[in-house]
This record gives sequence, structure tokens and C-alpha cells, in this order.
Amino acid sequence: MSRDRAQYGVCALLALTGALVIADALRITHLTSSNDPIGPRPVPILLGACLLAVAVAYGIDVARGGRGEPEAGEDVDLTTRVDWRTVLLLIGAFLLNAALIDWLGWVISGTILFWGSAFALGNRHHVRGLLIAVALALITFYAFAIGLGVNLPAGVLQGIL
Amino acid sequence: MDNLRLLLDGFANVASPGNLLVALIGVVAGTAVGVLPGIGPAMTVALLLPVTYGMDPTQAFILFAGIFYGGMYGGSTTSILLNTPGESSSVITSIEGNKMAKAGRAAQALATAAIGSFVAGTIATLALVLVTPVVVRFAISLGAPDYFAIMLLAFVAVSATLGGSRVRGFASLLAGLVIGTVGIDGVTGQQRLTLGIPQLADGIDVVVVAVGIFAVGEALWVAAHLRRKAVPVVPVGRPWMGAEDWRRSWKPWLRGTALGFPFGALPAGGAEIPTFLSYATEKRLAERPEEFGNGAIEGVAGPEAANNASAAGTLVPMLAIGLPTTAVSAVMLAAFESYGIQPGPLLFERQPTLVWTLIASLFVGNLLLLVLNLPLAPAWARLLRVPRPYLYAGILFFASMGAYAVNAQPFDLILLLLLGLLGFGMRRFGLPVLPLIVGVILGPRAELQGRRSLQLSGGDLSGLLGGPVSYTIYAVILVLLAWPLIKRLRRG
Repeated sequence: MSRDRAQYGVCALLALTGALVIADALRITHLTSSNDPIGPRPVPILLGACLLAVAVAYGIDVARGGRGEPEAGEDVDLTTRVDWRTVLLLIGAFLLNAALIDWLGWVISGTILFWGSAFALGNRHHVRGLLIAVALALITFYAFAIGLGVNLPAGVLQGIL
Repeated sequence: MDNLRLLLDGFANVASPGNLLVALIGVVAGTAVGVLPGIGPAMTVALLLPVTYGMDPTQAFILFAGIFYGGMYGGSTTSILLNTPGESSSVITSIEGNKMAKAGRAAQALATAAIGSFVAGTIATLALVLVTPVVVRFAISLGAPDYFAIMLLAFVAVSATLGGSRVRGFASLLAGLVIGTVGIDGVTGQQRLTLGIPQLADGIDVVVVAVGIFAVGEALWVAAHLRRKAVPVVPVGRPWMGAEDWRRSWKPWLRGTALGFPFGALPAGGAEIPTFLSYATEKRLAERPEEFGNGAIEGVAGPEAANNASAAGTLVPMLAIGLPTTAVSAVMLAAFESYGIQPGPLLFERQPTLVWTLIASLFVGNLLLLVLNLPLAPAWARLLRVPRPYLYAGILFFASMGAYAVNAQPFDLILLLLLGLLGFGMRRFGLPVLPLIVGVILGPRAELQGRRSLQLSGGDLSGLLGGPVSYTIYAVILVLLAWPLIKRLRRG
């Protein structure tokens, strides 16, 4: 098995986060009082320093041939490559819901989310998928928003539902 | 026995028809969601959180108790009927369980798992009733430096002892601690890591983190590697056991319980070690060790009991100290917090009704599970055939709903997606997710206790050392950290 070089990206990300956390901490005005002798800065600076240290240790581990096992699961087939098309389509459906939820309301945006995700995952029964999506969105809206008082917007369907 | 009276009051609270219905809903929903492939107990609890939003705390916790045990049981059903490991705690169950199922003994495997879970759950919950007040009495005497030390121990324990790689464990922990730092500092009112985004001023809600990492991260990860051919499901009838199975099961149940509960109650808890130990013990004690590897019922009975007993055990540090040691208890703690309830020693003083009702409903939920699961097993098995596109679309759907409902702002959905991508990356690179969740939850509290300790000492770092309790804990931390070194020295 070849070395998993993408792991160096994880090191870089850890180091970058560490630097960002330290930079942000230095920006904070240093406030201390008798109630709080250390103030808000030391903890993020310590975290940033630890992140940098772990990034280095991680890099050494990878250079020595260390690798993390990708997570297995009931429906996971690790012999295949990452299917980016599916992942990107799912992200698209997800973002569409985030963009539309306040305007169109949960029933419509949730339907789009479910139907779109099922499509991305390979569902080809479009009508059946749509029926399930609408049913789920309606049931959750009535059960949670109206029944339990959970925050879900009605959006453009306000007054109709 | 004051506690006994409180527990009986708790039972009286659960026994109203409305609350029994809530307990029943919790058990059924927990099992149904837990059975679904790809959904482990932690994700079950995280996805079902929004169900409790509109309820009053007591009912919400009755529901949780049901979801908790239901989700655990559902997970083991999946691992027996499908030949792929799901949750790490039920990996051991699946070794013999699936072999039994393939040999036509699925009914017996499910029965010994269900009855064993019931026996272990009941004994372990009893132990919880006896042990927790003792821990609470101890915890009340602790000061800020001791709490700080306990939380450091939890950080080191979840990062360094579980899973294979320490550096990956610590990377995950630090990511969690950084997420926990985002927001306005409670003491000075300074904004930290908010990047000028107003919605981040209140910090990132733990529920959004849990749902993002467990549900969205998992759904995206599975989507990237979705098995195109369905995994064969072993057909199953109604679970039952013959006299021989009973004779071979009851001792492993008890031994598994005895192993599981203490491990669960330790700050470095988790079900992996006790289930593995139980498996090894049963293999050594078995009359017919050659059956191990070909479907020995002891190999299902013991680990499954250990799994359930350790789950009950994790509630001891969770309730008495406010310390989550497994993913499930971390999500439960997040749920407590969303009700403004702070687990810890004071919880038993301030909200005795709530705590004892929760404990009473653990007993009730456990009994309901046994009554339900034996006849319903064939129905649960059918859930394993849910078309995967609908299953994972449903996870994203419910995850979005739950995260949006926390604060009713679309911004949380973007945050949820980013956390989901983080969870995806962690699964890809084999970073454990538990340290992250523990870091998010305990990080802010550890900082608070640390700063409180330093306040008492006027900023002198010796204030962190405290007294004998924290000395002991720091010694344990040092041993944990130095363990690989010690091992190498002994070998060399």
C-alpha cells in the first residue's frame, strides 16, 4: 500500500488553524482583573501552540509511514475511490435548503433537500422519491412546528399550511 | 434510604399513562433509528434530539432514557444480521452473532442479545443507583482545581487510550477545544475566534456540532463510498431460546455485566475494552471453545451484556460529575445543556425529581425493550432493507431540521455543513471523533474551572495544583501519557 501523502494536508490544516488561533488571541485586548488574573488570551494561545506541536508530531508520524485507517461501516465499500460527484451533489442540495428555507419555508426546501439528496445518492424512482419527500416534509412540519412548537418556518406557504 | 424514596417517587412520575407513552415512543424510535444501518447509538440520540425540543424536561428525559437503551439495542441487531461492523462497541457482538445468524441461529442470537441486554441493563442501572450518590458525595467536596484536573484526565484519556494513534486523538481533541473557544468569553466579554460574524458571538451550539460530526459527516462519508450491491440480510423469525441456550447464556450475561459497568463508570470509559475482555473471558471459560469463531452463543451473550452494562456505567460520571466519556453520553450532556440543566453534583440537590425520574425511566425503558423487541425483531430486520438513497437522504433531512430548529437561523445550516465536511475528513484520515465532541463540551468548562483556580491563587500557577485529589489525578495523567515509554522500557 502506497503512503497516504494527503495526510500532510491534515498537518498543514492543523498548523494553519494553530496560527489562526494565536493570531486571533493576540488581537484580543489583554484584560485582567483581580477576579480573572489571566484574562481571555492565554487559553487560545496555549491551544494554538499545542496545535502547532501536534501538526509537527503528525508530520513526523506520517513521514515514518503512519496512517489513519479510514472508517469502515455497514454501507461503506472502502475498495472504491471517493465518489466526488455524489458528495458535491449532496452539498448542493444541502446549500439549496440553507438558502431557501427562510423564503420558501421548510415544507418546500425540505422536499428539495430530500428529493435532491436521494437523487444524488442514485435514486431513479423520481416520482416515488418526490412523494416520500413531500410526505416527510409535511409530517415533520405538522408534528414539530405545529404540534411541538419547534422553530420551522412556513415561508411562502404561510396561511396555507 | 432517602435515595430509595426518591427513586420510588421517580417511578411514580414515570407511571402516569402520558409518561409511559413517552417512554414507549422513546424505545420504539430509538430502536427503529438505531437498527438502520450506518446509524450508531450516538447518531440516534443526536438525530432524535429535536423530538424533545417542545417537551418539558421531565418528559424529555423519559424519552431520552428510552432512546438511549433503544439505540444501543438497535445497533446490536444490525451487527448480528449484517456481516459488517458498525459501531465499535458492537464489533465484538457481530463476530459470533453473525456466524450464528448464518448458521440459522439468528433467532437465538437476537434472543440472547435482547435478554442479556435486559439483565445487564437492569443490574447496571441498580448499580448506578447505588454508586452515583457515593460519587456525588465525593464530588461535592471537590474544588475548582480538582475539577480542572478531572477534565484534563478526561481529555488525555479519550485522546490517548482509545483508538490506535495518539497524535490523531490529540489532533481531534484540539480541534474540539478550538471549536469550544469560539464566541464571547464569559468572564471578560471579549470575542474570540468569531471572525466578526455576529452569529458566532454566542458560540457554536453543541447540538449543531454533534449532529454535524455524527450525522452529516457520516452521511457524506458513506455517500462517497456507497456499496452499490446490497449487503445480504439474514432472514429472522421471532427470537427464542431453548433450555440449552439459557444454560449457556446466563453466566456470560452476569460476567459481562460485571466487566462492563466498572469500565463504563471510569473516566476513560467506553465499551470497546469490556466487550473485548468479555469475549476473551468467555472463550477461555467455554465448555466448547472450538465453537468460537463458528457462532458460539457465549460470544454474543457476554459482550452484549458488557456493552449494555458499560452504557449504564457511563451515566455515573455523566450525572455525578458532568463528565461525558462516550459519544452517546456526550450527546446526552448536550441535550441536558439545551435545557439549561448542568449535570454534576449539584444536579442531585437542585433537580432531584428530574434525575430520579430519568433513572426510573431507564428501568422502565429497559423492560419495555425486552417486551417489544422479542416480537418485533422481524419488523426491525425489514428496516435493514431500506433503500440506501432514502436512508441517507433522510439522515441529511432530519439533521438539517434538528440543527435549524436550535436557533432558527439558516447560518447554522452552513455551520452544520462545514462541521459535516470536518467529520467527513476525520473519517477519511482515521481521526477519532469522540475526543472532538468531548473537547467541545468540556473545553469551556475546563477553562472556567482553571481560571477560577487561578483566581483563588491570585494568578499563581500553583493554584492549579490544588490538593491530594488533583495530585492523584495528575499522577494518573502522567502514567497514561508515559505509558508507551514504560512499555518500551519494560520490553527493552
